[in-house]
Amino acid sequence: MEWINILIQGALLGGIYALFAIGLSLSFGIMRLVNIAHGDLIVLSAYASLVVVDGTGVNPVTSLILVVPLMFAVGYALQRGLLNLTLSGGLLPPLLVTFGISIIIQNTLLQFFGAHTHRLQLGVIETQALRLPGGIAIGLYPLLVFVVALISIGGLQLLFYRTRLGRAFRAASDDADTAELMGIDNRHLYALALGIAMIFTALAGVLFAIRTNFDPASGPIRLILAFEAVIIGGLGSLWGTLLGGVILGLSQAVGAALSPTWQILAGHIAFLIILILRPSGLFPRTRD
Amino acid sequence: MTTLLRTKKLSAFYGDFQALFDVDITVEEGETVAIIGANGAGKTTLLRAVAGALESAPEMIEFAGEAIGHHTPHTLVRLGIAMVPEGRKLFSSLSVEENLMVGSHCGRPGPWSLSRIYELFPPLSTLRHLPAHALSGGQQQMAAVGRALMSNPRLLLCDELSLGLAPSVIKDIYVCLGQITAQGTTVIIVEQDIDRALSASRRFYCLQEGRLALAAPTANFDRAAITAAYFGL
Repeated sequence: MEWINILIQGALLGGIYALFAIGLSLSFGIMRLVNIAHGDLIVLSAYASLVVVDGTGVNPVTSLILVVPLMFAVGYALQRGLLNLTLSGGLLPPLLVTFGISIIIQNTLLQFFGAHTHRLQLGVIETQALRLPGGIAIGLYPLLVFVVALISIGGLQLLFYRTRLGRAFRAASDDADTAELMGIDNRHLYALALGIAMIFTALAGVLFAIRTNFDPASGPIRLILAFEAVIIGGLGSLWGTLLGGVILGLSQAVGAALSPTWQILAGHIAFLIILILRPSGLFPRTRD
Repeated sequence: MTTLLRTKKLSAFYGDFQALFDVDITVEEGETVAIIGANGAGKTTLLRAVAGALESAPEMIEFAGEAIGHHTPHTLVRLGIAMVPEGRKLFSSLSVEENLMVGSHCGRPGPWSLSRIYELFPPLSTLRHLPAHALSGGQQQMAAVGRALMSNPRLLLCDELSLGLAPSVIKDIYVCLGQITAQGTTVIIVEQDIDRALSASRRFYCLQEGRLALAAPTANFDRAAITAAYFGL
């Protein structure tokens, strides 16, 4: 019974990893942008929520009403004003520029908030659980976060396959030059893409900060988790990304149950095993 | 008749390489003009410059009396210039119908709609839900022309419509092109197949190594003159 609970916890943890990964997956899928600053943008969202919570007294989930539009604007401006300029020169320039942004965000946060850890508080819901017969307990908060991840991916799937904007995203992903020739404004489209990616980044950052401490230097580990979820699932597949997150969460939970020091390492080992067995992930979509 | 497109001393570069030298062409509203020339003569470059895919000085290209040389391709689509690119360039992960709908992304009003495109190219109607890469070359070319028409262009740029297609398919495509021009759409066709290009157009320009070598009406053209302009003999 104890093992069932561990596996459920692990699987639910995967929901938050999937949320981490969605933004990364979008920016790579649409504009071939590998965003090294992704983890730091996740942490930046958590700090933005902290400021709102401290300033207004609302709870962190309510603060999303401000944090989500703010991060959308940050994403749009970042892509439009800076990252668009780096895309014509191959993979390396965006990599270097986002690496620089990562350092800038970390040091700015350090300057204003100090190096100590913070956490967002949501109150009793954090510790409540659904008790099922047979001693199975499902944490209410992790379950809600997992539902948010499901809704996010379902919503994105609808956006991609049912809307004019989604069609434009897929066309630009196939062939950006031809998309431009067909009347699509790539600079605006890419800015919208990073803006939308930042919506999920904000969700992930705030929801994760309610269960785990964060400090200005915790971006890179979140980036690695996001990368691993994307790669396990297969580039370009959103449901695959969810599965990637779940596999990471499960491995970490099993690792932690064997020995607490093994939690993070177990996730990385699972990632490496899948990378060896299926180098292009479980559900590869992209052809190139 | 009013002038729809005029290039004035149009020069175009790929990096340090100059591909066009002072090219002046004029296209009247409603006419079909062919641009012919050998491989590497600058035909595609000329089309790409007009479509905005290559940078040029604003006043080098004039469309409906407006200097447009500096505009990006998507702005020009909104103004009414659409391109059927060489090699079709359909979006391979989108269905045929989605490809057509991308053509209407800019929302320019006009006579063309999905149902009108399916009337013009009946085979596309039954294939509409297939991915674009599952189509034959001729069907892909129809979809590429349809996609460009969906933006309701005033000026349609067709780059090598016949490339890699069987003669009977080429004939079908050009019959459809006739129906498009009958709507009043102005068309520039770039072709290596001279006979095909000349029979579909009223006037032609011949490019040779990036320079204009000959401009003439297609009626009673002088084959020897074209050969001379084409090969620079």
